[in-house]
Amino acid sequence: MTEGWLYIQAEVYPALLKGFWVSLQLIAPSALCGLVIGVMVGVLRVYGNRPVMAAANAFVAIFRGIPLVVQLFIWYFGLPHIGIYLSPFVASILGFSLCSGAYHSEYIRGALLSIKRGQMLAAQSLGFSKIRMISSIILPQAIRRALPGCGNEIIYLIKYSSLAYMITCIELTGQGKILASNSFRYTEVFLMIGACYLVMTSVATIILGRVEEHLRIPGFERQRT
Amino acid sequence: MTAPILRIENISKRYGKKDVLKGASFDVLKGDLKILIGPSGAGKSTLLQCINFLVKPDEGRIWLDEQEVHYAHKRDLCAYRQKVGMIFQDFNLFDHLTALENVRIGMVRVKGMGKAEAGERAVMELERVGLREHMQKYPAQLSGGQKQRVSIARALAMDPKVMLLDEPTSALDPELIGEVHAVIRDLGNNGMTMIMATHQIGFASSLASEIVFMEDGRILERGTPDKIFNHAENARTREFCSKITELYGERG
Repeated sequence: MTEGWLYIQAEVYPALLKGFWVSLQLIAPSALCGLVIGVMVGVLRVYGNRPVMAAANAFVAIFRGIPLVVQLFIWYFGLPHIGIYLSPFVASILGFSLCSGAYHSEYIRGALLSIKRGQMLAAQSLGFSKIRMISSIILPQAIRRALPGCGNEIIYLIKYSSLAYMITCIELTGQGKILASNSFRYTEVFLMIGACYLVMTSVATIILGRVEEHLRIPGFERQRT
Repeated sequence: MTAPILRIENISKRYGKKDVLKGASFDVLKGDLKILIGPSGAGKSTLLQCINFLVKPDEGRIWLDEQEVHYAHKRDLCAYRQKVGMIFQDFNLFDHLTALENVRIGMVRVKGMGKAEAGERAVMELERVGLREHMQKYPAQLSGGQKQRVSIARALAMDPKVMLLDEPTSALDPELIGEVHAVIRDLGNNGMTMIMATHQIGFASSLASEIVFMEDGRILERGTPDKIFNHAENARTREFCSKITELYGERG
């Protein structure tokens, strides 16, 4: 018992803490970039002209359709063939952001389509240009509608960030893998890692709930009585 | 004779094989209140939306203050739309903004006014339609009549020269129609030029400078309220007017 305790204190704890930190550094920028990409691509898919719309749709088809691991391998092992060298960390963020953006764009697209056409007519009749209309009338409403879906995507992102270790970016799961293969204590180590992810997703859920609450407007409220 | 403030000529619109508008023309003088009546599907709504180019007419030309509107040119179109306010049947307020912000946003985002200045003007317009005390409410918290009055304030804040009203009271409970009519009457008394589609002929006949009867995409007959309601030449006009009088009564 004491031996196990010692092992955890001396080896597992510092390694997982380090990994946890790397994971957070992967997740935060990826979540942000993913959202920005998602909003832009979503808008282009709904309001772009034909070629732009086709390009945005192709983007989604590719980044949503190819397994994320394969995408990461391409960014990390493939790009050097054309002379571009990315660090494992940068390659991971790039892969996560693009994939996450593709999924976000679908939630944003659905939300954009749900805004009543009448409000667009009203904006046009006041003299709004298309870009102004989208940015100040449509998007503020669409983002509120898309928030639950986008939150879902961010929760996914937290979990699929564990794929970064496949391209040697040693984050939480990567540290666990190293620990476990040295000590063969797979169960203990991965139970702890699972708990770490559970903590991250729970905190994210709480934050997302707060954001939703903060942006709440009469008429957009969740049906909760 | 003074020049018309708005002149529309030969406006036509087809949807597929169906001719929704078959060459509508008329002049509107400053201070006129022109009322469009006719059965649903007559093209009243489409005509109003064509005047604002929310629906692009297939044919026809429009002049505002003797300047022809080049609607293919985006900047001209936006400038023109600021001068032609539009009121919709179902209000179309911006759901994420308070009454005050609804009225202010056009001035800020389209005219480029400062927030403070635009805010003052918005309060003034809301006061004019009797909603000062509701200005912090969101559309979901307002009654239909209040929503429509906010939308009128929103249009007025842009200083339009002409207002187009597309059945402004037909989505309202009978009890709420009066408050919107009062605002429109007030506008008329202050010299606002308006074109309104409505079935409220009691209200129409007490205010209108001219009634235009439309059917099947055409203007069949036009004239003073007295002429259209009491001495119409066209048999269809007489038939429609007698039916609608039965339904909506004489009172506005």
